[in-house]
Amino acid sequence: MQMPEPDPDVLARRARIVARLRDALPAEAVIDDPAETRAYECDGLTAYRCPPLAAVLPSSTAEVSAVLRICHDEGVPVVPRGSGTSLAGGALPTADSVILGVARLRAVLETDYANRFIRVQSGRTNLSVTGAVESDGFFYAPDPSSQLACAIAGNIAMNSGGAHCLKYGVTTNNLLGVTLVQMDGTVVEIGGAHMDSGGLDLLGLICGSEGQLGVVTEATLRILPKPEGARPVLIGFDANAVAGACVSDIIKAGILPVAIEFMDRPCIRATEAFAKPGYPDCEALLIVEVEGSDAEIDAQLALIRQIALRHNPVEFRESGSEEESKKIWLGRKSAFGAMGQINDYMCLDGTIPVSELPHVLDRIGEMSKVYGLDVANVFHAGDGNMHPLILFDANKPGDLERCEAFGAEILKLCVEVGGCLTGEHGVGIEKRDLMTVQFTQVDLEAQMRVKDVFDPGWLLNPAKVFPLEISATRRL
Amino acid sequence: MRPENEQDLVDVVRGATGPLMVRGGGTRGIGRPGAGAVLETGGLSGVHLYEPGALTLVAGAGTPLVEVEAMLAAEGQRLPFEPMDHRGLLGGPGEPTLGGMVAANASGPRRVQAGACRDSLIGVRFVDGTGALVKNGGRVMKNVTGYDLVKLMAGSWGTLGVLSAVSFKLLPRPETSTTLLVGGLGAEQAVALMAAALGSPWEVTGAAHLPDGRTALRIEGFAASVAYRAGALSQFLKQDMTRIEGGASDDLWRAVRDVAAFHGRPGDVWRLSVKPSDAPALAARAGGEALFDWGGGLVWLLLAEGTDLRARLGAFAGHATLIRGSVETRRRIAPFQPEVPAIAALTRGLRARFDPRGILNPGLMD
Repeated sequence: MQMPEPDPDVLARRARIVARLRDALPAEAVIDDPAETRAYECDGLTAYRCPPLAAVLPSSTAEVSAVLRICHDEGVPVVPRGSGTSLAGGALPTADSVILGVARLRAVLETDYANRFIRVQSGRTNLSVTGAVESDGFFYAPDPSSQLACAIAGNIAMNSGGAHCLKYGVTTNNLLGVTLVQMDGTVVEIGGAHMDSGGLDLLGLICGSEGQLGVVTEATLRILPKPEGARPVLIGFDANAVAGACVSDIIKAGILPVAIEFMDRPCIRATEAFAKPGYPDCEALLIVEVEGSDAEIDAQLALIRQIALRHNPVEFRESGSEEESKKIWLGRKSAFGAMGQINDYMCLDGTIPVSELPHVLDRIGEMSKVYGLDVANVFHAGDGNMHPLILFDANKPGDLERCEAFGAEILKLCVEVGGCLTGEHGVGIEKRDLMTVQFTQVDLEAQMRVKDVFDPGWLLNPAKVFPLEISATRRL
Repeated sequence: MRPENEQDLVDVVRGATGPLMVRGGGTRGIGRPGAGAVLETGGLSGVHLYEPGALTLVAGAGTPLVEVEAMLAAEGQRLPFEPMDHRGLLGGPGEPTLGGMVAANASGPRRVQAGACRDSLIGVRFVDGTGALVKNGGRVMKNVTGYDLVKLMAGSWGTLGVLSAVSFKLLPRPETSTTLLVGGLGAEQAVALMAAALGSPWEVTGAAHLPDGRTALRIEGFAASVAYRAGALSQFLKQDMTRIEGGASDDLWRAVRDVAAFHGRPGDVWRLSVKPSDAPALAARAGGEALFDWGGGLVWLLLAEGTDLRARLGAFAGHATLIRGSVETRRRIAPFQPEVPAIAALTRGLRARFDPRGILNPGLMD
């Protein structure tokens, strides 16, 4: 993975840049001691590391604006950072960049149940947004796996999803407004407590722009009333294709579950060994969760049972209690931990049309043999968002490269069958060089024009999303 | 001009020497009046892909909406966002197209629960003002690959590019629908009641307060579930509510969606998008008749011809759009809400890059 060479001119001005930042912020909010900047050298994609020139931790929108103005002035690249949980390298610094962390912006600014929104500072964690409203019967819907740690700022940057987006949508469908600080320090309010845009949908552009258009310091988020209840069923099948057909039939029957999760045999075995959820030993397993009152849940599950039985499942297990529900989810939720127990792994995030599921799983199985690396699949089946986990040994020379090559093959396959490179993690550096598989030069040019408007000097997170050779003339 | 395929469209835009007025079905004549050669998208018609099991549709932008809706209904599915049909309000013939609906981000009462058109739109293909054919998004519902130009195109009224194809995420059509009605509430009480309903767990998919004083709440789904939720909701709201079902319920929401109360009546029609609890006071300040949809988040106002609503309201959070007004009025009063300088600069920048010659519906949104 290539990153641009640090600008020697910026490195030479390190002392002055740090001094200017210290003038604008409380001294302890500017970190330049090499021992401490190491903490910011990578995000969740730990294979790539580089300490930044400095890291700053502003406590207000005004401080964020001051930092950006200085960096704009000095021509210093800025890498915005939420909680640093990105699996795509979205917060990976370069040696000449300043990390702008929003971790100190954590306040709830306004909670409004009558109008169903909450306004928070962007460093607040995803789960603590729900935490702020759940005792009053509300929740914030997007639920990425990292929700305990990940920040709303990062969720907005990557347009994060989660297991329940089949019904509730992803971040962009639950975001009403932002306070955005542009690279030159200009602060703009986009959207608010109203539901749509009066002009061009700039909010839609900002969500998912990977910190390249501005730094979001505050967000107005839609909150929803909690359903009366929810209950999962577990359905085991002896073939991936049959599980796929069952998903399609459930959807066609007019039921809209909140989640349909899929695990293949390697994943089932690994999680069984790790967390002992008591899963059947079968080829494919679905977890389908529905919501409503008890009677409504019963009715929906009866329908799902009827559909599932037509596909001869090896097991159909309905949860009879809170305890059993937890157990059904236990294996799915510990899938990543289970893989980590076996070896290092790389988690992919391509999306495919649901109908291509059996074909794609077969092809991944074949590739696994060719590359000599094991792969387990866990999958948001309702929306086709795959998470193949490729196992490798980081200490074995060449293994990471082989794993990356295998991962790239899988993502190319996702695009080939009509899907995309990333469903909810973002491009970052991880998928950056594959962008030309999905997009033409013209498609990418259209996207880069948007960055030209918001950040003409290409200083915000400049080495991400777009292949370096394509963005080269703009990053000068 | 009526291109028959994408390459034709590219050639037409590239070869244009003056302004182009982009037209789908010609049913949404909204915005600043302009002049230019008419570019019709009707030739870019047809369903490219429909997978009921994946809740996915891809079709040409010129495809008539009525054809798509019939095809989806046959499979028990629909576009989730209940797009408004502007014909009754604006008058005139024409058949709404998918592209026109997207360009207007047309979204009806179900927006409160299922999101707007832009939320169901998962892919676009368009030709920008330089004649470049651009694709963004695709046919899968979870996709964060690159910037989201899909959202940018929704509601851009053909000013950044001419859509050639659009993809949607669909939803099952519910088995039945029930509407709870209560009469005689003032706007303030009605908005409070709607807020309570929308904040309840019973999944209200429509919440409107009509000019005739009725307040309506809709519940959709499987019959047994609808019956249960309607009962639970009316009990929770402590209101004596009458119920209408099925076709009668559908008729009422079609009337809300299309603002039927203002059809054929003299006056200008404005659309206010605001925080729901701000709506009653703003409507009172505006004067005239009001229809509150989206629990109050969307207010339709019937005002005397030529009224400058924004002058009357003063500063407020949200925006006001003049939807129906004479050509003269729409020249004098900006139909779209003027933007603050920093936002206006971004808008100008985007237009300058997507349509550097300023030929696509120039000035329509200014």
